[in-house]
Amino acid sequence: MTRRPMYGQARSGSVAPLALGLLAVAAGVVGAVVLSRRGDGLRHGFEDAPRRSQRRPQSGSARVVGRSVTIAKPREEVYRAWREFTRFPDFMENVASVVSLDDTRSRWSVEGPGGSTIEFVSRIVDDVPGERIAWTAEEGTSVPNAGRITFRDAPGDRGTVVDLTMSYDPPGGAVGAMVAKMFQREPSIQARRDLKRFKQLMETGEVATARTHPVSEDER
Amino acid sequence: MRALTWQGKKDVRVETVDDPAIVNPRDIIIKVTSTAICGSDLHLYDGMIPTMQAGDVLGHEFMGEVVETGRGVTDLRKGQRVVVPFVIACGACYHCSKLQYSACDNSNPADEADISETLYGHQMSGLFGYSHMTGGYAGGQAEYVRVPFADVGPIVVPDELEDDDVLFLSDILPTGWMAAENCEIEEGDTVAVWGCGPVGLFAIQSALLMGAARVIAIDHYPRRLQLAAGLGAQTLDYTTANVLEALLDMTGGIGPDAVIDAVGMESHGFSIDNVYDRAKQALMLETDRPHVLREALMACRKGGRVSVPGVYGGLIDKFPIGALMQKGLTIRTGQTHVQRYLPKLLDMIREKRIDTTFLISHRMALEDAAEGYRIFSDEQNDTTKVVLKPGWERAQ
Repeated sequence: MTRRPMYGQARSGSVAPLALGLLAVAAGVVGAVVLSRRGDGLRHGFEDAPRRSQRRPQSGSARVVGRSVTIAKPREEVYRAWREFTRFPDFMENVASVVSLDDTRSRWSVEGPGGSTIEFVSRIVDDVPGERIAWTAEEGTSVPNAGRITFRDAPGDRGTVVDLTMSYDPPGGAVGAMVAKMFQREPSIQARRDLKRFKQLMETGEVATARTHPVSEDER
Repeated sequence: MRALTWQGKKDVRVETVDDPAIVNPRDIIIKVTSTAICGSDLHLYDGMIPTMQAGDVLGHEFMGEVVETGRGVTDLRKGQRVVVPFVIACGACYHCSKLQYSACDNSNPADEADISETLYGHQMSGLFGYSHMTGGYAGGQAEYVRVPFADVGPIVVPDELEDDDVLFLSDILPTGWMAAENCEIEEGDTVAVWGCGPVGLFAIQSALLMGAARVIAIDHYPRRLQLAAGLGAQTLDYTTANVLEALLDMTGGIGPDAVIDAVGMESHGFSIDNVYDRAKQALMLETDRPHVLREALMACRKGGRVSVPGVYGGLIDKFPIGALMQKGLTIRTGQTHVQRYLPKLLDMIREKRIDTTFLISHRMALEDAAEGYRIFSDEQNDTTKVVLKPGWERAQ
């Protein structure tokens, strides 16, 4: 499928994307951090701050990133929209296509560094409707990665609190992560923007853009 | 189409750019019939607002005819005349549901919103023609404009009203109105207003409509003070009067109950603190010159209200936090929640309770827009408001 037929958001710059989009980022052993549910929001020590917001640099080359966003829609509706992986290209900047293979597996095509395309198969490892989804890339991909998203009712009928946590091992280690950040293709920046676009799509039915023309085929 | 583009400090030009098209379902395209230069456009003109890019189309006060509608727009149709709020708002997020339209979560594109999130801690709404920090949306000093979320902002104007009667609904009239509303005016109140530009004048008008016993207007341009007096305000020329002493003496030693800073980040004058701020600004040690805000905080009576419609963008020095805290003042500010006020203000214009046309000093062709910026910037006494007409022939 082609990417993003109806939403013409601006592409940020012509610099070749170095990081690999929201989910297409390397993981390996740190997947366990996410999947053990310790990655986010749970108490550790004497504070409630999510682990990913710690000042102390994360040890080793692996990274855990994430973001929280509140969406003014009911939990079930937000969960169902996220579960439609094939619609991710509508709001994820670097994701070219997602094709469903079966109930739990999907094939991802993601824009990689230097105009390359990276493909991998992602498998759902935890799925509780209306509450959470966790996934991990299948063995054998050049970009192992894992992620987890949770959905909670926001207080005061304000909709749904969505928490996204991803783990990855940046290509090129710490230097690679720094370079990716310079080009704003680092996963934490991507995650923030992609979640904002997801919220826009859920709340308004479209992705906000300052473009004055729809994205044409040759710009894709 | 032709459009006024920003090229750099004190350099704006009318150029030919691509016509806009419908991009999202809730878009409309309007053919601009009238558009104004705003005092806040002068902050862009002076190079005071970061994240401008050469070629950006300016203008956030505009109105015109609907010429195209997206498939998601059901309440507007081709041929209708609309005034467009300068604030772009989705109408669906938490803030829009609280009528805090300028805090809309969704109208600033995700890749542009990072900038205000870094500067202010949170992203702000998109605005037309006002830098990339506010979304990078092309503005209305042009022949055509793409208007996103058109089902939330634009208000249809009845045929019997002229463009000049309603154009200022786009920004400065609701901005002046909200500035007065933020004063929470009570019976017998004295309100002091710094700056008798368009927003200050409309704030004066609004404060009197809301029942202020007295408004004291502060400026140094005779023409602007004259307009303020014409609206019923008492006036103070800060170049001849000691403002703090005068305000105390004019209020029986109490001070104004509410104060309005309708000047913002580029104060004029040669007070000691303003000279200090100019030096720090030049050295990039400070971004904004807050002389008026300091003076307003000092002047305001104990327990009084401080309203700040004037635009600030970054950081200031020597902020009298002691006066604010010790006197127990309340500050209310923000970009205007334009959509909130439109129906009411349109009604007041129709009932002739508010007239805004007195403000317009110049009407010129869009082609002459660069000259319009120059006179609005350099000849502020005589130039109270410039309205541009895209349909007009260029002056010889």
